Amino acid sequence: MLRGRAFKFGDSISTDHIIPGRYAHLRSNLPELAKHVLEDADPIFVSKVKAGDFIVASNNFGLGSSREHAPLVIKMAGVSAILAKSVARIFFRNAINLGLPVLICDTDGINDGDELEIDLAAGTVKDVTNGNQFTFGRIPKVMLRILDEGGLISYIQKHGDFQL
Amino acid sequence: MGKTLAEKILSKKSGNDARAGDIVIAEVDLVFVQDTTGPLTIRQFQSGGFKRLANPQKTVLFVDHAVPSPSHSLSNDHLFLRRFARETGAIMSDLGEGVCHQLVGESLARPGDVVVGSDSHTVTAGGLGAFATGMGSSDVAVAMGLGKTWFRVPESIKITATGNFRKGVGAKDFILHLIGQIGADGATYKALEFSGDTVAAMSISQRFTVANMAVEAGAKVGLFPADETTRDYLTEQERGDHYQPVFPDADAVYERTINLNVAELEPTVAKPHAVDDTAPVGELKGTKIQQVFIGTCTNGRLEDLTVAANILKGKKCHPSTRLIVAPASRQVLLEAIEAGYIQVLVEAGAVILPTGCGPCLGLHQGVLGDGEACLSTSNRNFKGRMGNPESFVYLGSPATAAATALTGEITDPREVI
Repeated sequence: MLRGRAFKFGDSISTDHIIPGRYAHLRSNLPELAKHVLEDADPIFVSKVKAGDFIVASNNFGLGSSREHAPLVIKMAGVSAILAKSVARIFFRNAINLGLPVLICDTDGINDGDELEIDLAAGTVKDVTNGNQFTFGRIPKVMLRILDEGGLISYIQKHGDFQL
Repeated sequence: MGKTLAEKILSKKSGNDARAGDIVIAEVDLVFVQDTTGPLTIRQFQSGGFKRLANPQKTVLFVDHAVPSPSHSLSNDHLFLRRFARETGAIMSDLGEGVCHQLVGESLARPGDVVVGSDSHTVTAGGLGAFATGMGSSDVAVAMGLGKTWFRVPESIKITATGNFRKGVGAKDFILHLIGQIGADGATYKALEFSGDTVAAMSISQRFTVANMAVEAGAKVGLFPADETTRDYLTEQERGDHYQPVFPDADAVYERTINLNVAELEPTVAKPHAVDDTAPVGELKGTKIQQVFIGTCTNGRLEDLTVAANILKGKKCHPSTRLIVAPASRQVLLEAIEAGYIQVLVEAGAVILPTGCGPCLGLHQGVLGDGEACLSTSNRNFKGRMGNPESFVYLGSPATAAATALTGEITDPREVI
């Protein structure tokens, strides 16, 4: 069971909002890079987020670049899952590859700052603050196996190859 | 039941009867990284326990995003890539060679290939009929180590374009219009497959422009058939032996078909801060522009510089507007010098940047000031994209860019040609 607060974002949060290109010089210095997570969407996000919290977004979260640094700095900020109505293709795969769950559900019933409880196995989200309950779409089986191993690199360390 | 281009290529490369929705493991013909995603890819490769590349001669490390390096940390990233290339036998494409996607198109990708790169605009090579897609560092690291990757075979959306472009209207206007119509998530997880007489008449340069922006509609690939034009292009590039015809089956099944008559298209511009917020150029007439940028994997080719030079020949840029030009590759730069375009552009007031990505991603070379607006021929205009979240980026064609450089405000190119 995951438990934390919701940080709400709107539609079309791009990888440039998540980690702008102007910080490309910090990409080999991840702790410094992570200080700028989501800076162009919410400049003080990094000072508010705590380990276990959730990003709760609307449509097409993570569109744009293939930079894996985007889900990586979100994970480094302590975010334990991303909930969104829809996510961009490369971002989705990158997040799962890093062991960061991305859950597709209707996020309208969640308000900024609400306490959430997420049961990954049961596929449910409970908004403890307002009592709303949601189910999220199943993560495709192949991605679930990667997520269960903590990401693609640990999956490959263990299996040495794709076992689809 | 017939197959789409995506199903055909993935069937061949996976050895399975690949149909939309299937999960397949496909052989990878070419894998590459660039300098802002490559270092993390190499670290993931090493973390995964890989000691050697599956195919060193099909693995390319490009230094194109930060060239010449603007900071010591990026210089160290470049050193890291060069060291890895020496140790593993990977091909190094260092500064001055050009933008990864342009070089993949000029020299590396073949029709029917599976190409993966740690850059979202890897889709560009779809212009040659290659199943080319961008992935993150972990996926690319594993593709480098295993020589294969897994895909969900995408459903395909067929885009059938008919008619002739009006003067001053072209491939960039076509793809901007299409993205405006279907939205920035209109093709998420899908393949865009282009067909119709307009597509058949498009040069490879124009096909690259269109395929390049497929990802801006969320698509996994933007695929063109590999036809006579493809064969002629590869022959001109002295690699005619790389040609094989690649066409979809006549009875292939598409999720949907979109028909577009391009004869009705206007020059089209995407407004800040969304690629799908498009408008005919006339609606933006009078918008003041402080910087015009012509270049990138979308529109930094010889054909694009030809359009710009023809508009700017013998004229001067507006005194309030800076013009920055970055040819996409060494070949483009040399051909533009030979054709006299570089002289024309410099005389008009342009600053010529080294071949590479230039200011597109906000890393260096032309970062905008607060409140400034840029008309760019690139593919993205997200908030902060060109280095300053307090600035504004409009996307348009090379013709619209050149016309705008002349007048200092967004201008319909038909007014100046």
